[in-house]
Amino acid sequence: MSAGEMRRVTAINNGTVIDHVPAGSALTVLRMLGISGDRSSPISLVMNVPSSKHGRKDIIKVEDRELTQDELDRLALIAPKASVAIIRSYSVAEKREVSIGAELVNIASCTFSNCITINPREPQDHRLRVVNSDPLELRCRYCGRPQEMDELIDNLL
Amino acid sequence: MDDDLITMDDMTNEEIVSLLKDAERLLPVAHGLEYLPLLQGKLLANMFFEPSTRTRMSFETAMKRLGGDVVNLGDVNSSSAVKGETLYDTMRMVDGYCDIAALRHPRQGAAQYAADACAIPIMNGGDGAGHHPTQTLLDLFTIQQAHGHLEGLTVALIGDLRYGRTVHSLSHALARFDCNLIFISPAQLAMPVDIVSDLIAAGANITETEDLYGSVPDADVIYMTRIQKERFPDEDEYMKVAGIYKLTAADLSGAKGEMIVMHPLPRLNEISSDVDETRHARYFEQAFNGVVARMALMCRLLGVAIPSGDV
Ligand SMILES: [Zn+2]
Repeated sequence: MSAGEMRRVTAINNGTVIDHVPAGSALTVLRMLGISGDRSSPISLVMNVPSSKHGRKDIIKVEDRELTQDELDRLALIAPKASVAIIRSYSVAEKREVSIGAELVNIASCTFSNCITINPREPQDHRLRVVNSDPLELRCRYCGRPQEMDELIDNLL
Repeated sequence: MDDDLITMDDMTNEEIVSLLKDAERLLPVAHGLEYLPLLQGKLLANMFFEPSTRTRMSFETAMKRLGGDVVNLGDVNSSSAVKGETLYDTMRMVDGYCDIAALRHPRQGAAQYAADACAIPIMNGGDGAGHHPTQTLLDLFTIQQAHGHLEGLTVALIGDLRYGRTVHSLSHALARFDCNLIFISPAQLAMPVDIVSDLIAAGANITETEDLYGSVPDADVIYMTRIQKERFPDEDEYMKVAGIYKLTAADLSGAKGEMIVMHPLPRLNEISSDVDETRHARYFEQAFNGVVARMALMCRLLGVAIPSGDV
């Protein structure tokens, strides 16, 4: 983030800044991270800011909460290129990136209507195999069906 | 090889060839000419969540010919699965009772799901529109038995290529052995384009046509399938293609001598009964071959070596 971009959002004391979120997906990212508006500390969103890297982007600042690597990896589905800074006392204490493993576990459920995992009472993990990481291509570990990204967003867990 | 068989991708070509050799060796055992109780004391769970009498009997026969025993899930309509027990819970129970399980289920992915829940080997006996690898193994065995090899053969697949998972799996397997594939179907039942492009990417040589009779002289294998009424929205659509391919003994006059006619059975009217008496008919042996293929597979998954023929 350049100094100019940074000024668009108030600096935070402690918390997490998520940068390079694809334009328009900030709200979905918050939903994936389980962050809702009823928490006591502020959340700031900046949407559709010009980005030096790729067109336009969203930026999210979550105060008083440090996201873990596991939480960040949940973003692989919609914001694989997000970069994350953990802020302590107004300065960057750590930088993290979203990493994509061999499988996305319990991030979204398979979209195929006749998959065994459709039964909500089946207890095993939802597993989507990463066939290709860029662009992201996923197949259900169980039924093997390729997953359409726009349908998958509706199946976030 | 993995200790489950969920899709044919779980086996390398070498493992397939080796398993087919084991199956050959087990033919006299399957025919009851030799008693070879390699799996004595082993228990197979036949978990058929949808009816398929042929496949279930074939697994059961295979286990019993090798001296083992079988427990069956029982009638799907009265068993706990229908009463709401999860597949996970059912399979965890079976995992404790038995040494190996065969699974058939209406939902796709059920076999992998069961394999993840269980320590015992799982054999996929068909999961929804997904995979049915033991059918592919018996098909490959039948072809190998007739031709002595799989590489480079010309195989014509006829009928419902759109919905038939049998022909999908078999095509993938044959592509791995550099076979030439001829897909013969009415346009509305053609092989799905994504499968065709996968096969071409795998190096398969593919011809698509609606002409069965012109393809007979080139074929080493003619693999017929039935066209099912329930695939069609209405009777009229079905009647347009029903009976479009009907193979008679006279149609085979130009065939190569060693060409074989296969069919996963049951047949409707796509192979006339006069073909049964020709040297080409191989569908009844093909059905029987399911027993030896499954015998060889169970020995493999249970880590039991098969002694050579001179015991
Ligand atoms: Zn699935």
